[in-house]
Amino acid sequence: MPATFTRHPVEVERKDTGYGGKPPLDRRPTGGGGGDDNWDSRPSGRHGPHELLIRYRLAVLSVLTADFVFFAVLISVFFVRPSDGHINASESFVSDWHPLAIPPILWLNTAVLLLSAVTAEIARRQLFHEIDIMEEWLGLGRPAVRRAAPWLLATIALGGLFLGGQWIAWQQLVQQGLTFSTNPNSNFFFLVTVTHGVHLLLGLGILLFALIAMFRFKRVELRQIAVDCSAWYWHAMGIFWAFIFVLLICSQH
Amino acid sequence: MTTPPQTAASPGFFRRRIFTTDHRALAVLYLLLGLAAVIAGTLLSLVIRIHRVWPTLAFPLYGVLKPEDYLALVTMHGTLMVFFVLTVVPQAAFPNLVLPAQVGAERMAFPRLNAAAFWITLASLLVLLAAFFVPQGAPISGWTSYPPLSAFAAAGPGQGAGMDLWLASIALFCIASLAASANFLVTIVARRTHGMTWTRLPLTVWSWLVSSALTVIAFSVLLAAAAMLLADRHFGTSFFLPAGEVINGIRQHDPAAPGSPMLWLHLFWFFGHPEVYISILPGMGLASSLLANFTRRPVLGYRGMVAATLLIGVFGLGVWGHHMFVSGMNPYAGTAFGLTTIAIAVPSSAEVLTWLGMLFRGRMRLTTPMLFTLGFISFFIAGGLTGPVLAQPALDAYLHNTFFVVAHFHLVMAMAGVFSLFAGIYYWYPLLTGRLMNETLGKLHFWISLIAAYGTFFPMHFAGLAGEPRHYAQLAGPAESFASLIPVEKGITFAALTLAAAQFIFLFNIVRSSRRGILAGENPWAATTLEWSPIGHPITEGGPYVYGPDAGPNADFLPQWQSAASDISHIGPPGWEAAAKPE
Repeated sequence: MPATFTRHPVEVERKDTGYGGKPPLDRRPTGGGGGDDNWDSRPSGRHGPHELLIRYRLAVLSVLTADFVFFAVLISVFFVRPSDGHINASESFVSDWHPLAIPPILWLNTAVLLLSAVTAEIARRQLFHEIDIMEEWLGLGRPAVRRAAPWLLATIALGGLFLGGQWIAWQQLVQQGLTFSTNPNSNFFFLVTVTHGVHLLLGLGILLFALIAMFRFKRVELRQIAVDCSAWYWHAMGIFWAFIFVLLICSQH
Repeated sequence: MTTPPQTAASPGFFRRRIFTTDHRALAVLYLLLGLAAVIAGTLLSLVIRIHRVWPTLAFPLYGVLKPEDYLALVTMHGTLMVFFVLTVVPQAAFPNLVLPAQVGAERMAFPRLNAAAFWITLASLLVLLAAFFVPQGAPISGWTSYPPLSAFAAAGPGQGAGMDLWLASIALFCIASLAASANFLVTIVARRTHGMTWTRLPLTVWSWLVSSALTVIAFSVLLAAAAMLLADRHFGTSFFLPAGEVINGIRQHDPAAPGSPMLWLHLFWFFGHPEVYISILPGMGLASSLLANFTRRPVLGYRGMVAATLLIGVFGLGVWGHHMFVSGMNPYAGTAFGLTTIAIAVPSSAEVLTWLGMLFRGRMRLTTPMLFTLGFISFFIAGGLTGPVLAQPALDAYLHNTFFVVAHFHLVMAMAGVFSLFAGIYYWYPLLTGRLMNETLGKLHFWISLIAAYGTFFPMHFAGLAGEPRHYAQLAGPAESFASLIPVEKGITFAALTLAAAQFIFLFNIVRSSRRGILAGENPWAATTLEWSPIGHPITEGGPYVYGPDAGPNADFLPQWQSAASDISHIGPPGWEAAAKPE
């Protein structure tokens, strides 16, 4: 076969942008190659919905990395505090880290937040259920949206419940006379829990956006992206909370 | 590049050039923002220099500078230059100009996020400049804003509203940088064209990858620190407030849970040191690319250069303590930070030696961008050599806060950084205007700038060794310890004025060449990377720096876009392609 005939369709296929894998031309039969990407395992279509999804996931990943560092800074503040006590009149060291009783409702809140992570994951997976998505793609109906919506609603409700529970915990501490500026421990407690709460409030907004987007967005892949990215944000906040909660419990001695 | 003719359907000037998501238009906006900031920052530095030599001179419209005005000038000069020039131009304007093209993408991964980052940066600049116009004026605690002085409004003029505006501006800048970097990271990872494998990326793109990753880590630390300092100032927290603080003879209210100013130092420099690499790594990548082009030979040890770039990024996160040797930090920590700092000299030297190796018997073409690249290398070496000196805690105990440090970072960060920006602007100018900048004016600009920049910053080493401190409004006065340095100071001021005056040549050249410059045509520098590709978003099958014999028997270079279009028969025997496909 003349070379021009075999070359032409390949070039057309390669016009658009995406990942920088080796083009099929380099896949020589002798096995030389040496590319770092396995061309065969790539799904077809470089502008496809999957590539768009990956791109958004990467952006969410880098934003969450920044957010993780932000939290790490807040927490590290309390590991590097230099003045952690004083010497009293009888020459013994008195720590200024006064333990506080973790309000028991936090255990309930933690369970609620973990449950909300499960519902968020179920909602997310509905949007990737292949048969349903095919049906939505063809415009026959919206089974994926129909199935995901209640789970997303449940996530929002549970998230709201968690924030309500946090509010009650803060109230209980304030009633004990522990506020933001009472002592280093209460300072730490309020700082990390309130910052996390603000992040969750933002997360509720994002989930609400995803819920609306599911019904309003016309393109299936955009509906997937909205639900997928908001679910990953929600998972990250759940993981952050698990870490913070363990830290709070371990630091009460 | 000709602008399309205006028709009723085509969007107007504002839609095309200002309120747009087009990355090239945003690059121009970023460049203009950087230009505004560099003009303001340079004017401030000239006032600083003049005041040091003639402290009693009355400035028109203002009068004689008060000591606190001097500190405000230093603070705003540093902030404008570090954030709005040395970060914005290499890490926002240049990637917007060429990053998508260099990876073969049609557009950024998130054009609207990218545009939002510009507008937040602009807001940040306006908030910062507003600090000049609030009661009591701009903040005076330096670009590092060490507490407790930055935490109490009573600490001095400008530490009230001015300091709040400074912190708000920095917080906005952090958010803008994080947004822009997320976009660049995703663009590099997920929008590369076919065949643009990791080992075929130009070294500028590798630099932007590393500096964007550093931005994500470092700027979120600064954001947290700025938020905590704002909370200390307004919401009664005490992260950075020690107990027993006395300001101007007045005992300040003791916080319930005393914090530590040292914490700010740690957080600030955990940001501040990676920031140095954020602003210089793009310049290093550009130097490699331009040296390859203007010596007509490939980058020596491409993979080694990539590894050095990555190592600089990783090590750069672990050296922040060398800014704090005399802060009261544990001396053992100082030794450790001294060691990591000397370790970072290894990959940096590897890059410098590679550049020098490329110059050795290279077929050098001394165009203006090449001259500025050589200037960059010269400053990078001259300033870099004092790095390991300052990395010794014992030596730093003497040299800290003297003009020796000022000389060090102005050579290695400011001058090297600015010369690489000039190299980039002279080199990429045809992408924006379709014309080349005037070579004669460019060379004049280069030589005056080079000599004047050394004249400005090199004598500062001697002033610093003589013990001259930073941040002192005057040397003259009742104590005459530094009277012998006045002639040096005068020389520095004259050199600085010359340096600033030489930039008029540059501005004139930019304006003049946009209309009268020589038409560049396609690929005026005979370059290989994809931003010069005449076709839309091309594919590639070759490395980024194929110059010299590697390009083939009859060619001097093989552009990345041509490597794929060339005859494919060398890749395999006829018919192999059909045989390789399973179907």
